[in-house]
Amino acid sequence: MIEVQNLSKCFQNGNECIWAIKNVSLHINRGEIFGVIGLSGAGKSTLIRCLNRLEEPTEGKIIIDGVDMTSLDKRELRARRKDIAMIFQHFNLLAQKTTYENIALPLELAGLGRKEIDTRVNELLEYVGLKDKKNAYPSQLSGGQKQRVAIARALANNPKILLSDEATSALDPKTTKSILELLKRIRDELGLTIVMITHQIEVVKDICDRVAIMENGEIVEINTVKELFRRPKSKTARAFIGSLKSDVQEEFIISEEFKGKVVRLSFWGENAKKPIVSHVIKQFNIDVNILSGNISQLMSTSAGHLIVELVGEDEKIQAAMDYLRNQDIEVEVI
Amino acid sequence: MLELIIPSLLQTVYMVFFSTVFSLLLGFPMGVLLVITEKGGIWEKPTLYRILDGTINVLRSFPFLILMVLLFPLSRLIVGKTIGTTATIVPLSIAAAPFVARVIESSLKEVDKGVIEFGQSIGATVPQIIFKILIPEAMPSLIMGITLTIVNIIGYSAMAGAIGGGGLGDLAIRYGLYRFQTDIMVVAVVVIILLVQGVQFLGNKLASKINKK
Repeated sequence: MIEVQNLSKCFQNGNECIWAIKNVSLHINRGEIFGVIGLSGAGKSTLIRCLNRLEEPTEGKIIIDGVDMTSLDKRELRARRKDIAMIFQHFNLLAQKTTYENIALPLELAGLGRKEIDTRVNELLEYVGLKDKKNAYPSQLSGGQKQRVAIARALANNPKILLSDEATSALDPKTTKSILELLKRIRDELGLTIVMITHQIEVVKDICDRVAIMENGEIVEINTVKELFRRPKSKTARAFIGSLKSDVQEEFIISEEFKGKVVRLSFWGENAKKPIVSHVIKQFNIDVNILSGNISQLMSTSAGHLIVELVGEDEKIQAAMDYLRNQDIEVEVI
Repeated sequence: MLELIIPSLLQTVYMVFFSTVFSLLLGFPMGVLLVITEKGGIWEKPTLYRILDGTINVLRSFPFLILMVLLFPLSRLIVGKTIGTTATIVPLSIAAAPFVARVIESSLKEVDKGVIEFGQSIGATVPQIIFKILIPEAMPSLIMGITLTIVNIIGYSAMAGAIGGGGLGDLAIRYGLYRFQTDIMVVAVVVIILLVQGVQFLGNKLASKINKK
C-alpha cells in the first residue's frame, strides 16, 4: 500500500543541510495500523508529512497504491491528497465554524451538492458519536470531541489512508483510549490503512500492528508490536518499553507458554529487602525463574512485585507458595 | 446651524462610504497577496512580494495632503474635476488602500497555520484556501481592521476638506477658522467625534458577535 524507498529530507539552514530523515525505507500493508515512534526530533513528523508531500522529500521515493508521489505535479498531487486524510495533534479545526460546517468543508471543496453534503455529514456525525454537538463551535468542545470532529472531517471524502500526526498527544489517557478505539473501528469497518506518529508507547501497544522505531532521522527497528514487547531488538525500543508501567508489560507474559506455574508476588516494607527468592529455592528445592519485576520506593517504605515461574514437583510448589504467604507476601497465580 | 451641519455630514458620510469601498477593493487583494506570496506562504512568489511590500511602504510614506495634490490629475481623469466631494473620493481611496493592505495582511496572518495546513492536506487549491479557510477564519479580525480603516478615512476626509473636499472638516475650517464662528467649528468637531465613536462601537460589537473563538 505504502512503499517508502531510501527517503531523505534535508532542511536548508543557510548553506548547511540538516538531515531530518536519513535513508528511510519501509513498507506498510493495506489495512494495517502502522506506528512510528520516536522521541521529539527523531524525524517521525517529517516522515509522515513527506507521505502526502506537505514536506518535499529531498531524496527517495514514496509509492502509494502504485503511484509514485514524488513524480506528481501540483494538480495531480492535490487530487491524490483526497485519498490521504490527515489528523493533527492540535486538531486544526476552523474556530469560526461549527462541527457541522467543519465536517462539511472537505465535501464543499470537492464540489458536492448541499443535499449530498447534508446526508454525508449526518452520517459522519453519527459515526463518531457527535450528533448532539452538530451546532457547537470548537471552543465549546472538549479535546476528545475536537479530535472526533477532525476524524469525521478526515473521513468525509472516503480516503484510503489516514495519517495521524500525534493525534492523541494533547489528550488525557482516558480520552486517548477512546480515540484509539475509534481509529481501530475505522480500520476494521472501513478498511483504512492508518499511519500513526506518536511518542507514546501506550498508543503503539494499544492499536498498532507493526511499528517502526526512529532515532536521529533513521529507523532503528521495524517489528510487529507483539515481538517488540517480547524481544525488542534496539536499545531505543527497550527504553520505550521500560517507560511503560510494569503491569502493562505483564499483559505480554502468557502463562500457557511456560512449563511451570507462573505467579505474581507482591511485597512491601521489610519483605522487599529480604532474600526471599533464594530462601525458597534452597528450602523447597524448586527452580525459580524471574520473568519480570520491579521495586518502587513509596515514601519511606518500598513496595514491589515479581513475576516468577516456579518449576518443580507440584506439592513442593504448593509448599513454597504457602511459605511465601506466611511471609506476608501476596501470591497470585496468573 | 442645522442647515449647515446636515449637508456637510451627508457629504462626509458619502465620501467616507465610497472611499472605504474603493480602498477595500484596492487594498484587500493587496493584503491577501502579501500573505500568500511571502516566504512560507501558500503561493510563494518572493519577487512579487518584495515589489508589493516596497510599493506599499512608499505610498504610506507620503503625507496625505501631498498625495492628494499629486493625485489631482487622476481625479480629473476619473470624475472630471479636482474639487468637491466626489473628486475627493479618488485620492482618499488611493491613500487609504496601502493602509488597508497592511491591516488585511496582519489580520490574515493571525490565522492559525494549522488550519491552512489542513487545507493543503485535503488537496484544496490556493483560491479555496483563501476564500474557504483564510478569510472566514480571519473574519472577526478583518472587521476590526475595516473599522480601523473607516475611522482613519473619516480623519483623512476632514483633512481633505481643507483643500476643497467638502464635508464636516471643510465646514469646520471655513466657518470656524476663517470666519471665527467657533460654535460651528465645535459642533462640526463634535459630530466627527460622534461619527468615529459610533463606527468604532458598531465595529467592536459586530466583531465580538461573530467571533466564535
